[in-house]
Amino acid sequence: MYTTSDGEEIFVVDAHIHLWDARPKNQRNIHGAQFINCFHDYHSALSPAEYLWSAEKFQHYGSETLYEDLFVNGYADMAICQPTYLKEFYNTGFNTTEQNSELRDKYPERIILNGAFDPRDGEPGLEALESLVKTYGVQGVKLYTAEWHGDSKGYKLSDPWAKRYLEKAQALGIKNIHVHKGPTILPLNRDAFDVADIDDAATDFPELNFIVDHVGLPRLDDFCWIAVQEPNVYGGLAVASAFVHARPRYFAEMMAELLFWVGEDRLLFASDYGIWQPKWLIEKFMAFEMPEDLKAETGVDLTPEAKRKILGLNAVKLYGIDVDAKKAALLGAA
Amino acid sequence: MPATAPLPQFGDPRLDDVWARLAMVSDPELDESVAAMGFVESVELGADDHVRIGLRLPTFWCAPNFAFLMAHDMREAVESLDWVVRAEITLRDHCHAEEINRGVRSGHSFAETFPGQATAELDELRVTFRRKAFQGRQEVLLRRLLANGFRAGQLCAMRIDGLAALELIDADGALMCQRYLEIRSEFGGPAEDNDRAFTTSEGENLNPKYFTEYLKDLRRVRMNAAFNANMCRSLLQSRYGEAGE
Repeated sequence: MYTTSDGEEIFVVDAHIHLWDARPKNQRNIHGAQFINCFHDYHSALSPAEYLWSAEKFQHYGSETLYEDLFVNGYADMAICQPTYLKEFYNTGFNTTEQNSELRDKYPERIILNGAFDPRDGEPGLEALESLVKTYGVQGVKLYTAEWHGDSKGYKLSDPWAKRYLEKAQALGIKNIHVHKGPTILPLNRDAFDVADIDDAATDFPELNFIVDHVGLPRLDDFCWIAVQEPNVYGGLAVASAFVHARPRYFAEMMAELLFWVGEDRLLFASDYGIWQPKWLIEKFMAFEMPEDLKAETGVDLTPEAKRKILGLNAVKLYGIDVDAKKAALLGAA
Repeated sequence: MPATAPLPQFGDPRLDDVWARLAMVSDPELDESVAAMGFVESVELGADDHVRIGLRLPTFWCAPNFAFLMAHDMREAVESLDWVVRAEITLRDHCHAEEINRGVRSGHSFAETFPGQATAELDELRVTFRRKAFQGRQEVLLRRLLANGFRAGQLCAMRIDGLAALELIDADGALMCQRYLEIRSEFGGPAEDNDRAFTTSEGENLNPKYFTEYLKDLRRVRMNAAFNANMCRSLLQSRYGEAGE
């Protein structure tokens, strides 16, 4: 809960958090080491100095640190735990649904647990998806289309198998498809960050919501274009929101673009914890005001109402959270 | 990570030649030069007029197609110096470093370098991003000229020779103008002196009535490249402890 200077309470859902184990003993190969180093570079590049972690703490911070950072100091009422399996890089996975379920069981009122699937797992993967939904009751999945899988360096949501998985997910009651676009999708000669397959999937599955992580960066332009046309496409602000500190002018320009093309009803605040901490992200986001020149040019503003929606109310709708009941439950649990 | 090795032949004028060529090679995605971005880790003059160049990128997973294009273009640019017999590019700390280094050294195409993983060469990708570069350069220049007092109607009607003859007071604006004129012949239709200076990338004339909307569309494209350049600079700095210009 974030309380404004006027005493107004804002319900906060952090739409993208992780609890990972990237310690050297879990690293399967050079890619495991490079992957966590790369995350740590993102962390170092955009965090305020007083929030910097050592590489060692960054590799494994544990559930209690997470609870403190998100729910005690970080204003979040709830957080969506997005798995990233990366079994090609880490012996037991980077953060799997199974591992994350311990966190959810420990803090059941706080954590929304999401699952994952990979269309390259074929028929057995469809059965595994069914058992995942039955075991953990997930309402959403996180897809990482650039994840390596045997000889494959990625897939597209428009692939026939991806469609079968989306059909299955929908039949199982899953509503929210979070998609991370990363590089090195085959064929290698195409734009590796192409987000066009989300357009196809969003058209084919109008009842599913597609939340594009990192607002499609580094293809913000293409993402905006798709979101204009597809009402069920949302933008997750992880990474983007971290610019509020290190590059506020770029943050302002980007928010102006997003508010203009995508709109305040389809953007979700996300910290990408442990890469960044919601405490400073939310404080700076709440203090941020759209510069006059951008307001004049684009006709949009980041109003208190828009901030409320982005920080929590949009995710509340997607995940069917009853805010009053949740507030009461959290008060009781405290 | 090792810091950049001190240049062993500091002061040799041939090094300046090499850097000048590298300054003309751009990261296609960012429309900024590999030299200005800090991607050139080292330049070394070897025996027999061989030049060895180290290339480093912001992440281990930077898209291999762009990495290949940069390494390829760097080799070509430096070998265009008449005293250079051979330029050897070494990409470091990258998931496809081995394949890319081997491919570029052997003069292989991208598809030959990644057999079975690429269905075509990179020409189309290159054009896509060059078009974005055209749009980005045009947008910043148009905004600057608007700020300098030009009206939409004047800009839509301006001819290429008229733009080239403009005396822009600040160095910044003059550079924007120069960069736009450099790329104008690649997009936007005929580019003789009396052709329109500002056209769409497809060569259509601009209509003053829709000028604001047109600029807004362009902004989205330029924002993206600017954002990526920011991210790349920050990550490179975190990864190697120093930044480009």
